[in-house]
Amino acid sequence: MDPLKRSPPPCPSPRPSSPRTQPCEMLGHVGIETVLDQLKIKAMKTGFEFNIMVVGQTGLGKSTMVNTLFRSKVWKSTHPGTGVSMPQTLQLHSETHVIEEKGVKLKLTVTDTPGFGDQINNDKCWEPILGYINEQYERYLQEELLITRQRHIPDTRVHCCVYFVPPTGHCLRPLDIELLQRLCRTVNVVPVIARADSLTIEEREVFRNRIQQNLKTHCIEVYPQKCFDEDINDRILNSKIRDRIPFAVVGADREHLVDGRCVLGRKTKWGVIEVENMAHCEFPLLRDLLIRSHLQDLKDITHNVHYENYRVGRLNASHLLPRGPGWVNLAPATPEQLTSPRPLRACRRPHDDSEEESGLSMANPRPASS
Amino acid sequence: MAMKMTCMSSQVSDDEQRKREKIRSLTMCGHVGFESLPDQLVNRSIQQGFRFNILCVGETGIGKSTLINTLFNTSFEDCESSHFYPHVKLKAQTYELQESNVQLKLTVVSTVGFGDQTNKEESYQPIVDYIDAQFEAYLQEELKIERSLFNYLDSRIHVCLYFISPTGHSLKILDLLTMKNLDSKVNIIPVIAQADGISKTELQKFKMALMSELVSNGVQIYQFPTDDDSVAKINAAMNGQLPFAVVGSMTEVKVGNKMVKARQYPWGVVQVENENHCDFVKLREMLICTNMEDLREQTHSRHYELYRRCKLEEMGFADVGPESQPVSLQQMYDVKRQEFCREVQRKEEELKRVYVQRVREKEALFKEARRELLAKFEHLKRVHQEETMRLEEKRRSLEEEVIAFSKKKVASEVFQNQPFLAVGSNLRKEPQLVTFMGKCFQVQGQYISQS
Repeated sequence: MDPLKRSPPPCPSPRPSSPRTQPCEMLGHVGIETVLDQLKIKAMKTGFEFNIMVVGQTGLGKSTMVNTLFRSKVWKSTHPGTGVSMPQTLQLHSETHVIEEKGVKLKLTVTDTPGFGDQINNDKCWEPILGYINEQYERYLQEELLITRQRHIPDTRVHCCVYFVPPTGHCLRPLDIELLQRLCRTVNVVPVIARADSLTIEEREVFRNRIQQNLKTHCIEVYPQKCFDEDINDRILNSKIRDRIPFAVVGADREHLVDGRCVLGRKTKWGVIEVENMAHCEFPLLRDLLIRSHLQDLKDITHNVHYENYRVGRLNASHLLPRGPGWVNLAPATPEQLTSPRPLRACRRPHDDSEEESGLSMANPRPASS
Repeated sequence: MAMKMTCMSSQVSDDEQRKREKIRSLTMCGHVGFESLPDQLVNRSIQQGFRFNILCVGETGIGKSTLINTLFNTSFEDCESSHFYPHVKLKAQTYELQESNVQLKLTVVSTVGFGDQTNKEESYQPIVDYIDAQFEAYLQEELKIERSLFNYLDSRIHVCLYFISPTGHSLKILDLLTMKNLDSKVNIIPVIAQADGISKTELQKFKMALMSELVSNGVQIYQFPTDDDSVAKINAAMNGQLPFAVVGSMTEVKVGNKMVKARQYPWGVVQVENENHCDFVKLREMLICTNMEDLREQTHSRHYELYRRCKLEEMGFADVGPESQPVSLQQMYDVKRQEFCREVQRKEEELKRVYVQRVREKEALFKEARRELLAKFEHLKRVHQEETMRLEEKRRSLEEEVIAFSKKKVASEVFQNQPFLAVGSNLRKEPQLVTFMGKCFQVQGQYISQS
């Protein structure tokens, strides 16, 4: 047992002034580790929520990809020539489903962006998207600021945005770069190379490298962001993922028979492209990243970083008072506020501050508070 | 003012909620893999670490520290408290415990001097203030513009163990009063301390008397949750056993062929972990193994929310205005902000006025001083000039004298050179001329030495 120091004399101040944490040895099993089971039981009871947004041009297979990810008919995937008219402006379309697996309930909301990048003039086509994302943050903020708030605030914030890059094989287009720059400041973005079955393996590698170069040149931080790695294990794991981003994926929701096995894939005259086969495409990597390993992390970063950034921006822009807890004027957000880019400032851990400020050159200077 | 609020149960059944929001249930045709979600959540919690804050309220010497030591199976502190404190104070200490991969930061807050004073009217107030202060600190952090809630060291009290002395009859008035003041702020679990002094039959009667007294006085103690199937049965059973009669001890005694924690008396050995002897095991199980997470959640979602609501309403904010129109925080903030701006403006003007006045006064002073200085300077200059003029005059007159004298000297030399003898004899005859010439030379010499 460690020799314990004498405790400080009882102080009149209400808050323990400097609680000295003394590591103690326990002489036997107490049962503290059962708190993990308690957590699990509670979590399974309340269920989980996940909101994902898919952004990309028409015909890149977004709906199919979502269906493949969640192995169910989330959307009715549109096939070419079914006579669905192209929407004139970008409209956002959300659907919510509840799926259950082995006792775990997941409330999944998928937001689609039909009509993105399809017009002749695509200037400011990101505004409806940014507006939607910020609107969800706004809704959460308003709920959080109520006097009598709900026990569990419904979370509609977008946790992850999957961006579909058309498989040109060259490099990112100006539209892609513009959008990615703006989106990465507001939400976690995972870019993928769509319809990767039109590229050979070598072409994919070249394309991937070029895209990585482009992202680096324009200082676009996609998920998993380097500045949020917490410890060495995270860094190793995330570096492996960052090497393979953007994933080259193929989506399919039909099953075919290959060598006696029933596999999900696309059947063509020259063979069957198996979706779950790592040699054919990188869909398993995407699915593992989004669902099996990093789902909680996506939600955490959205809540602790992106939402906090939004909140700081909103409260600052409302001319906060110099003193007093949170006395701000929360008029409903004007449209420009919803779409203007914000500096990426909040960081996950305090010691990341210095890295943040030196690393991100895309951060705008803060507007001078009045 | 303690407000008793019935818990707003937002436990609408999932199906109804889903129907309201028009959400479809989907069936999946294959394995997606999100059953690892609870594990992801647990991993993140392990990384963050856990915090648990216990408040022990009870008289001095009733066995608070011993019970905590026994609960967590370690020796935290050894010194005994004195009985002579004039006021009730609270002493907080934080410890780090680790079991397999779970790191727990445990804070134990004990009352010091509770029940020792002769006049106990203000005994419970420091406790209430302490609990409120922790809520306030969290509220302040939550209302900050730039906040970091995810790595905030939560110091809100999650559970209050109230130690009841084993009189065998009923609750003391002090206990009743304190519990009534605390029940809306913290989860209270009453325990009967030093239960080795009560026999089994007495204990049953004592427990029933205590519970009926608590119920009849409207004290809401913590009820173990019975809504989750896996723990509902055991929690319901335990609810009927409250308050737990506990015995604490860290000393080990040999019983049979094992060393167990116990208290040894001449008439027998009271074993702490024997369920027949006392309810210690039940307390440990309920407090740590089954409901720790629920205690934390209740503190955050019920007690803290109540505190927050009361505090904000006190500050004048409301969700609904006087005509039952939903008033957003915005309007209240606007009004308050304008008031504040006006106040600030007024103060600023006041300050400016005072400042200008002071500057003016100082300016006048400086002008006065300057004038004086100038006058002095003028005066001195004049004096100096006069002095210079006088000296000039003196010099001139002296020079004239010298000139006159040298003229005379020349004349006398000329006069001398003619008949030298005559002059010589004359000189002898005229000693006045000699002395006069000597004087002239003297004066000349003086003049040279002066200049």
